[in-house]
Amino acid sequence: MSKIAGRFQQLAAQGRKALVPYIVAGDPDLASTVPLMHALVDAGADIIELGVPFSDPMSEGPVIQKAHERALASGARLRDALAMVATFRERDSETPVLLMGYANPVEHMGYARFADQAAAVGLDGLLTVDIPPEEVAGVNAELHRVGLDNIFLVAPTTPKARIQSIVDQASGFIYYVALKGVTGAGHLDAEDVAQHLAHIREATTLPLAVGFGIKDADSARRVGAAADGVVVGSALVDTIARAAAQGASQEELLKAATELVASIRAGLDSIAS
Amino acid sequence: MTTDINTKLFASVPDADGRFGVYGGKFVAETLMSALSELEILYRRLADDPEFQRELDEDLAHYVGRPSPLYEARRWSDRVGGARILLKREDLNHTGAHKVNNTVGQALLAKHMGKRRVIAETGAGQHGVATATIAARLGLECHVFMGEEDVRRQALNVYRMKLLGATVVPVTSGSRTLKDAMNEAMRDWVTNVDDTFYIIGTVAGPHPYPMLVRDFQCVIGREARAQSLSQTGRLPDALVACVGGGSNAIGLFHPFLEDESVAMYGVEAGGHGVATGEHAAPLTAGTPGVLHGNRTYLMQDEDGQIMHTHSVSAGLDYPGVGPEHSWLKDVGRVNYVTADDAEALAAFHDLTRTEGIMPALESAHALAYAGRLAATMTPEQTIIVNLSGRGDKDIHTVADIDGIDF
Repeated sequence: MSKIAGRFQQLAAQGRKALVPYIVAGDPDLASTVPLMHALVDAGADIIELGVPFSDPMSEGPVIQKAHERALASGARLRDALAMVATFRERDSETPVLLMGYANPVEHMGYARFADQAAAVGLDGLLTVDIPPEEVAGVNAELHRVGLDNIFLVAPTTPKARIQSIVDQASGFIYYVALKGVTGAGHLDAEDVAQHLAHIREATTLPLAVGFGIKDADSARRVGAAADGVVVGSALVDTIARAAAQGASQEELLKAATELVASIRAGLDSIAS
Repeated sequence: MTTDINTKLFASVPDADGRFGVYGGKFVAETLMSALSELEILYRRLADDPEFQRELDEDLAHYVGRPSPLYEARRWSDRVGGARILLKREDLNHTGAHKVNNTVGQALLAKHMGKRRVIAETGAGQHGVATATIAARLGLECHVFMGEEDVRRQALNVYRMKLLGATVVPVTSGSRTLKDAMNEAMRDWVTNVDDTFYIIGTVAGPHPYPMLVRDFQCVIGREARAQSLSQTGRLPDALVACVGGGSNAIGLFHPFLEDESVAMYGVEAGGHGVATGEHAAPLTAGTPGVLHGNRTYLMQDEDGQIMHTHSVSAGLDYPGVGPEHSWLKDVGRVNYVTADDAEALAAFHDLTRTEGIMPALESAHALAYAGRLAATMTPEQTIIVNLSGRGDKDIHTVADIDGIDF
């Protein structure tokens, strides 16, 4: 069993929901990322989703777009994100880490080379926003060779009939996109989310995490009830950006981030199981 | 009629998954996948529907003003020497460029899908203007995304779009040019996918766009082929067209692909010179990768980040290219070459002075290369250049370079 699957199973046994925070590797600078990852785990994160900076992050709203721009300006690239995972693993061998990003940096590195390096640094999974099941054969073969999970998105616009073709390619968990739009947008409809999750559960026993639009304890609690976990991206990235813009020290930056994550943890833990 | 085995080859792309060899495909977020399928199904149905074709042909004839002339540029041919050069006058279309051939077609698709809103990305503004124009005619709400840098250098087209009732959204992310406008249009589409039709302006993007934009632009090559036969009694020896995303080039080339005797040249923007790295020539100096929904040649760095591009012409200032061009390059059917900023500007002035035709700076790249090519050919040979747009929109850019202040 993969580390990601194991973590979900363990949480399910405890009647708890997975909290998956997203940060961009190298935002606001190269030195902050690994300390942030550890701090997020200390604040209650179960899985870390590390964004790979890309010049053209097509699915991101303004908050995460700017994070990609800051990270690129700080010099962070795919190989740096992998190096950060290696450094993180020196102190934490348990918490699953996945990279989330766009096809081109991975494709340019080469699927086989990426898989080898990912396995070597202790990465657990990959989520590429712009590689749908139709295009995934090449990368999946390499990820599976080294035992990495490939996490797929299911959207509110995904027809019921298509869900099966997605979950058949996926492992680890399914990432349900809670709303039509870019990251950080719109207003969540927990009932609508629950309905879609029920459809996905008809097709798979994989755990379901929900992301896009979860920004605080309340939204996490409302959406988390029907899910196995939640992903928090823009709200956390925005918190980090605000702290950095105010010239916060690394300690202050970590504090701001952990306060948000801890409050969301509390929101999730308040869901009666 | 040709019986060449190539007939099969060129008609075989894209395949059912939208691939041109290893290029093309559908590399988009899951949220858009069903919208793309819906579009593909509708398009495949309408492409064979005589009623839809009649509607389209009527618009092309009476709204766009087709067929566009094939004009022999005698004075300019004499000046450059060698082959006879004929210009396919897409600049004479309504709105002044080839872009409208495609927007008329896609707007009809939008109408059939019952969408009330259209969006578009634009570089030079020609596609934005063509989209705003058809939106005005059909009473559709229209948002055009345009890089802040392009808003500045194409102020005339920005105002035209506003006059037509469109909202022009300046894009301030990334390099603030065409690629960023396309990112932003994708973001809008993913948010408003229920009521919005994305009118992509070039033969790039996810399947089925490279196919359907090509099909809508093929009217250029179909006309040019028939006009060449009737006006010169033969097929041309060479075709030349500029390539940014590559829609005017594919439109001219595609109906000739099976004509083995016809050589084809796609001219990319050499910018300050390919050797300087400041250009927009992915087929000449790039490598394959994935951007904006398809696999194709890209200008990218050693980490797979998309590079900033440079061209004097906003419409060519794009780091990718339509996937069919990538395939045509690899199979060796089309030659991809470059003309730099200075050559394009010289051709702009030359054609204006010798023929009284002011070309768009994009088209001037094709002219510059055609001039070079003609000089190596004989007076019995002919070249067709796609004069894809008129140059009015570029007057400020040219004046700036010439140091003239209005």
